[in-house]
Amino acid sequence: MSALVELRNVWVEYGDKIVLERVSLQLVEGGFVAVVGPSGAGKSTFLRLILGQEAPTRGQVLLGGTPMRAECGPDRGVVFQRYSVFPHLTALQNVLFGIECAGAPLTARLFGARRRAARDTAVEMLAAVGLEHSLHVYPAQMSGGMQQRLAIAQALVKHPRVLLLDEPFGALDPGIRLDMHALITRLWQEHGLTILMVTHDIGEAFKLGTRVLAFDKRRHDPHAPHRYGATVTYDLSLDRKTLPPPALVEALGGDDLPQRDLA
Amino acid sequence: MTRLVDLRPRRGARLLLGAVPIVALLLVYLVASQARHAANPADKLLPTFSAMAEAIHGFSTDRDPASDRIVIVADTLASLYRLGLGLAIATGSALVLGLLLGVVPLARALLGPVIAIIAVIPPVAVLPILFIVLGLDEASKIALIAIGVAPFMTRDLTGFVTGLPAEQIAKAQTLGANSWQLALRVALPQLMPRLIEALRLSLGPAWVFLIAAEAVAADVGLGYRIFLVRRYFAMDIILPYVAWISLLAIAADALLLLVSRRAFPWAHGGGR
Repeated sequence: MSALVELRNVWVEYGDKIVLERVSLQLVEGGFVAVVGPSGAGKSTFLRLILGQEAPTRGQVLLGGTPMRAECGPDRGVVFQRYSVFPHLTALQNVLFGIECAGAPLTARLFGARRRAARDTAVEMLAAVGLEHSLHVYPAQMSGGMQQRLAIAQALVKHPRVLLLDEPFGALDPGIRLDMHALITRLWQEHGLTILMVTHDIGEAFKLGTRVLAFDKRRHDPHAPHRYGATVTYDLSLDRKTLPPPALVEALGGDDLPQRDLA
Repeated sequence: MTRLVDLRPRRGARLLLGAVPIVALLLVYLVASQARHAANPADKLLPTFSAMAEAIHGFSTDRDPASDRIVIVADTLASLYRLGLGLAIATGSALVLGLLLGVVPLARALLGPVIAIIAVIPPVAVLPILFIVLGLDEASKIALIAIGVAPFMTRDLTGFVTGLPAEQIAKAQTLGANSWQLALRVALPQLMPRLIEALRLSLGPAWVFLIAAEAVAADVGLGYRIFLVRRYFAMDIILPYVAWISLLAIAADALLLLVSRRAFPWAHGGGR
């Protein structure tokens, strides 16, 4: 399989503070990569690199073999923990937005037959995430889980080459989170998505991912904590039986061993 | 026992409580006015309510010689015209500038400092300049309101747009929005309720600028009338005029709130 995203010796520094150092890896098409690590280990910075919100200080980020500009683009979809949907648009309008931007550069609105076609696509997408009965509801009237479903539908309607999830289920109740796990797994399989998900929940990472990346600092200077950046400390390809290495569980302070119950 | 901070009046009790200080003020005025008139029947400082009613009857039936309109109607129309046009110019320019500065960092870098400088100039201090440059007619009064209000509104709206979550902007870009689409479909609609809010807050200063300008140079208008009759100690005209101005201000505020609630239900607690 070809590498969809490639990082070549990437460093991210803010002045003296080194966030990421020497990150080199490839993400293949069709994978579900989960990124774990303690707070401040650069997980989200890593995601923002691929999103294009952040530029590497050194090194290169390649998308489909060509160097990427540090700007968000429609080939990468994203769902954040919060603020992922537009509060002033209904569910349907939120999903239509991406289609309208592509179809009408000047007004960003579609009319007539093109609007009806776009509407059908959007409704179909909303049905796929279970929001077919909430087309005309504003996000403020939705629960957290519904808002995240909407955010996923909104991103998927653009058919992104890679879907980036930044702690997407972190703020949800445990029961809702299980529903969302089932949903994202189904969408990943049905749509052949490539997913990169940042999470602080190691159980979630090992349950959903086909590959788990752990970020942490290899070296630590207690007198200058910013002197060294984080890098990939574990890179595990998973089959259904792989359990997280005890050292990784301990490093993350987690004691809940995951159950891979999605078979 | 229930704590003081947990005692919440119901609707009826709240209306009653709100009416108490207003009624008390009226009573205090009534008593003071009567006491002064008992001492001096020709007192002008605290006119009785009947004297005020007479004055109200006067200025709502007499005609203004210049326009041949009823005095208070002529004054109200002239003032509302200046206020409306000044605020419209301020609102329009603040909307365009606020959106531009909020969405485009280059525009913010270019125009942000100069707007910040203009915003700290006390508007009434430039009134003489406006009179010299634009003359004593309507233009200078309208300009004072626009100049007094627009910089504040522009800064408020710019701050609001830059304060939109970065996640939202990133999300819009991943959905294929270009800069124009981002401004038009993401920033502008969310800005609108804030614009109305900024306009409501600007009503107070706008009235101040209007009455200041009318006091200095005008031949009709609410502020002009108050300052005109001040020469004759005509408190029986001034007090009803002040009450009328307050009423207009309250009505404008309520109207704007209603428009915002109707047009942008999502911004008011996710209404229907």
